[in-house]
Amino acid sequence: MSGLDTLAPAYPEIFMSISALVLLMLGVFRSKDSTVLLTWLTVAVMAGAAFLAVTGIDEARTFHNLFVTNAFTIFAKVMMLVGAGLTLLLISDWAVGEKVARFELPIIVLFAVIGMMLMISANDLISLYVGLELQSLSLYVLAAFHRDNIRATEAGVKYFVLGALASGLLLYGSSLVYGYAGTTTFESIATAIENGPNTTGIIVGIVFVISGLAFKVSAVPFHMWTPDVYEGAPTPITAFFSIAPKIAGLCLFMRVLAGPFEPLIEQWQQVIILISILSMIWGSVAAIAQKNVKRLMAYSSIGHVGYALIGLVVGNEEGARGLLFYLLIYLVMNVGTFAVILSMRVKGKYLEDISDLSGLAKTRPGMAMALAILMFSMAGIPPMAGFLGKFYIFVAAVNAGFYSLAIVGLLASVIGAYYYLRLIKIMYFDAPGAAFDAPSLTTGIIMAGSSVLMIVLFVVPAPLVNGAQAAARALFLG
Amino acid sequence: MSEAEAPALAVGLSHYLTVSAILFTLGIFGIFLNRKNLIVIMMSIELMLLAVNINLVAFSSFLGDLVGQVFTMLVLTVAAAEAAIGLAIVVVFYRNRRSIEVEDINQMKG
Repeated sequence: MSGLDTLAPAYPEIFMSISALVLLMLGVFRSKDSTVLLTWLTVAVMAGAAFLAVTGIDEARTFHNLFVTNAFTIFAKVMMLVGAGLTLLLISDWAVGEKVARFELPIIVLFAVIGMMLMISANDLISLYVGLELQSLSLYVLAAFHRDNIRATEAGVKYFVLGALASGLLLYGSSLVYGYAGTTTFESIATAIENGPNTTGIIVGIVFVISGLAFKVSAVPFHMWTPDVYEGAPTPITAFFSIAPKIAGLCLFMRVLAGPFEPLIEQWQQVIILISILSMIWGSVAAIAQKNVKRLMAYSSIGHVGYALIGLVVGNEEGARGLLFYLLIYLVMNVGTFAVILSMRVKGKYLEDISDLSGLAKTRPGMAMALAILMFSMAGIPPMAGFLGKFYIFVAAVNAGFYSLAIVGLLASVIGAYYYLRLIKIMYFDAPGAAFDAPSLTTGIIMAGSSVLMIVLFVVPAPLVNGAQAAARALFLG
Repeated sequence: MSEAEAPALAVGLSHYLTVSAILFTLGIFGIFLNRKNLIVIMMSIELMLLAVNINLVAFSSFLGDLVGQVFTMLVLTVAAAEAAIGLAIVVVFYRNRRSIEVEDINQMKG
């Protein structure tokens, strides 16, 4: 390879970056507001990037080993792009309806997505940090995007302060790893750990890196920001927060722990087991008392991250497969649920309380049916795909001998089922309140599509499981 | 006598690491113990990042490897962007709340 060809593995990212700049120009120079146009163009750019990623090189490195692409990163990127694209449609729908549409909105989302792509493909502590920051900085702005709204700006402040703290921890850890391993490239770090006599400094560094990443994926005990940011930020932006960054963060987590820090698996496994158990239990228990549906979703996503982390603990191909498949199901469930939450409107006013759902089955049976399917799936009850997601994770844990982890996971999902099923009870058995407005076309399609997918994926999971399997294999080839 | 003095006066890697660890801890405590003002929190964040930079430059010099200094440059750039965005968010918050006291960040529980 020579010349431009050496950049081929990064074509999707380069394409997205150039497109982002072009779209920004377009937004600036068009005299009237072009949010809707730019949203569709951004979705097209994401689709183009996904196409480039799928048809591109299978296994390659570029930028002097700073950047890697393989089946795992491609799978993760496509999954993340799908999630981001769907939530972006929800975002622009909302922004136009609420008259807060500005053309920067889709472009900031696009920059966040570029950051996530770089994170997933990072093969060096430096590119990891830069990708993560590009993502985080865009997300802080998104949280405070509804700038006349006090709760949104407060969410932005909280997210910024705690997110910056997390970045600081991650960075401090990276500096220690660099100092004691003498390098920042993932492969060389692994070699340095294997050959080095003294790994204490590196272990301290890893603990900091793990804390930083756990913050970003909102795992307990680093979850404090999640409920507040989820509640304060505008609903479709919360949907975006709960999907794309979680996927990117967990895939990065997997790549970092199974890559450079793989030789120290005994050490980090203990930490991740603890984080995973705490997240599963706290995600289920704390959700019970919630009255606000977005706070409920925050605790629900904390719980889901806990289950996904089991796949990380296992640290083998089966675990990685479970993690990827779980994230996929989680993506579809969350997009659908947030589409329903976005449709909780009475005469144009958005409602957020769980009690507002009462009697939905009588006023809007279709919406109630979709939400019921999604809630059954979140609780992990067959015949919904959410069951399969948990199944593959628990099987991986049991096969690797982590019985206690699987048992705690099962107990936590029983507790979690309580509040998911409570929503269904409220919708089907409580007295109806004011009827919701009809959902917009995009929202309706996303809602219906995701609930149908929950059943379809349960019947024919094979193609996606095989895809996840191939991706997981690539991760452990090196 | 002179032999014992020379090493004691030399500033080694561990001194740099200690200073940076102290600064980093100060930054973290600045965020959590400060009950007064958001700007102080922003300064604490900056302090944390700069502590990391001391770490990176010290390691870079000790290892004779330039990567650490390249990393430092990137961290400085990102820190500038982070400060800009942080201040922008603080400004929009101030416009809504007319205050940047930490105790006034209380619209949502938690």
